[in-house]
Amino acid sequence: MINPYIELILMYIGINIILALSLNLVNGYMGEFSVGHAGFMAIGAYVASVMTVLIFPAWPVLLTFPLAIVAGGLAAALLGLIVAIPSFKTRGDYLAIVTLAFMMMVKSGLENIDAIGGARGFLGMDRLTNLPWVIFWVVITIWVIRNFIYSNYGRGVLAIREDETVGELMGVNTRQVKVLAFVISAFFAGVAGGLFAHLLQYINPTMFDILKSTDILVMVYLGGVGSLGGSIIGAALFTILLEVFRPLQVWRMVLIPLLLVLLMIFRSRGIMGFTEFRWLIPKREKNDTPKNK
Amino acid sequence: MTLLKINDLTHYFGGLCAVSRFNLTVEANELIGLIGPNGAGKSTIFNLITGIYKVEKGEINFAGQDLLSKRTNQISKLGIARTFQNIRLFNELTVLDNVRISHYASLKYGPLSALLHLDGYRSEEMRSIAEAKQLLSYFKMEGLAYETAKNLAYGQQRRLEIIRALAAKPQLLLLDEPAAGMNPNEIDQLMEFVSQIRKQFNLTIILIEHQMRMVMNICERLKVMDFGVTIAEGKPTDIQNDPKVREAYLGDKFGAA
Repeated sequence: MINPYIELILMYIGINIILALSLNLVNGYMGEFSVGHAGFMAIGAYVASVMTVLIFPAWPVLLTFPLAIVAGGLAAALLGLIVAIPSFKTRGDYLAIVTLAFMMMVKSGLENIDAIGGARGFLGMDRLTNLPWVIFWVVITIWVIRNFIYSNYGRGVLAIREDETVGELMGVNTRQVKVLAFVISAFFAGVAGGLFAHLLQYINPTMFDILKSTDILVMVYLGGVGSLGGSIIGAALFTILLEVFRPLQVWRMVLIPLLLVLLMIFRSRGIMGFTEFRWLIPKREKNDTPKNK
Repeated sequence: MTLLKINDLTHYFGGLCAVSRFNLTVEANELIGLIGPNGAGKSTIFNLITGIYKVEKGEINFAGQDLLSKRTNQISKLGIARTFQNIRLFNELTVLDNVRISHYASLKYGPLSALLHLDGYRSEEMRSIAEAKQLLSYFKMEGLAYETAKNLAYGQQRRLEIIRALAAKPQLLLLDEPAAGMNPNEIDQLMEFVSQIRKQFNLTIILIEHQMRMVMNICERLKVMDFGVTIAEGKPTDIQNDPKVREAYLGDKFGAA
């Protein structure tokens, strides 16, 4: 068996990969700037926890747990749909503020619902998240987001990043694309939230504040925007670095941002911005012309 | 057959009247030139036709459809494509993807099919790739299919912009100063190119251009604008001798002479 500590770190890496991929879809591929991802995660965490603790406590776990995770994802996706609507007219810094406001609303909403513990938090979940489940969801996330990117809608997402007006002029229904991107992104952030809640077995609203969003942003920009491989590497590296520097105590909060500053100076696109592992690219999209040099 | 009919189009930017009571009727397969000094309102008309600016006053009718209530992507779907005065490609994407984005409205599979890569997705994607490559090879650019658009030479970028517009399978193509920044030799090639695609793709074209040689050579009919107002229209030879046009371009003194 794997050492439980290593297993725990691997599970955190998996959850962070899901979060980073989800945020990369909106921030990296679509070129918008969402800082509200912790809000989607919170919704997923709370809905999934309420499902397993309050609604189906007696049902077989093998059935309720995936159901709860999916329910958490769907609830987050519904909020993603609502956040997508202001993005029709607003973009850049202004959309960032909208997502920030959304996250604050979620947080203070949760703090004021007594039935789920309010600011004290919510507990009672069994530790249902294990390594196989995390791996399962990581694989699903990579597969679905990759499929989306390499589709008509995915090209619409890229067109929005490159030049939204021209995309519209070439026939891209940018509203449809934005809704899809936000809904899919929010869904997986919600899934990550559900897994996180059933790993920690305790959640409270302050866990899902701007600091959590910042962590996800760091993973995405460290790994590289517009790259699935980048998000996987970024999430893994960030999680491992936090652990490796744990003995430094408070100093790690100086060292890690410092590394990030250096990265931005010397390699502003992140580790692998806009490039992709070849195994993640569908066969028909690969360059099939023989190299003649 | 009348393809495009613009009636009494007026547009203000704040207090500035950019386009005033503009009328234009374009027959199918015509090549019309829209000329006039900088700031005359030519590009504004393109932006109004394509729905980038909202039409506040006037009517635009394309192939029997009222365009005013439509969004830009719906207008594109009806068969209007355009290029830009300053090249606007999807810079970080490959040449192939630049072209394929124009297939957005014509690919027939839904989001679920895209997420799960079902059969409908596969066949449509294959068709899109094949069509895009065919179009590129028609213009002898298939070798650049996987090149990033920003790395292309200036002339190639101009060409790609037109190819991208053609990939949307338009009936009406709006060309906004395609000859900008080209030398006389390149302009000759461009004229050849425009005549060629017009025949090959059965296009109706509205051309905005400052290069008089190009406009006089290939356009069948011209419309001259100044400060948002139409000052003359007719055959290129008539326009050349019109005193009002000379005044707009060369100034009062020369016009009177």
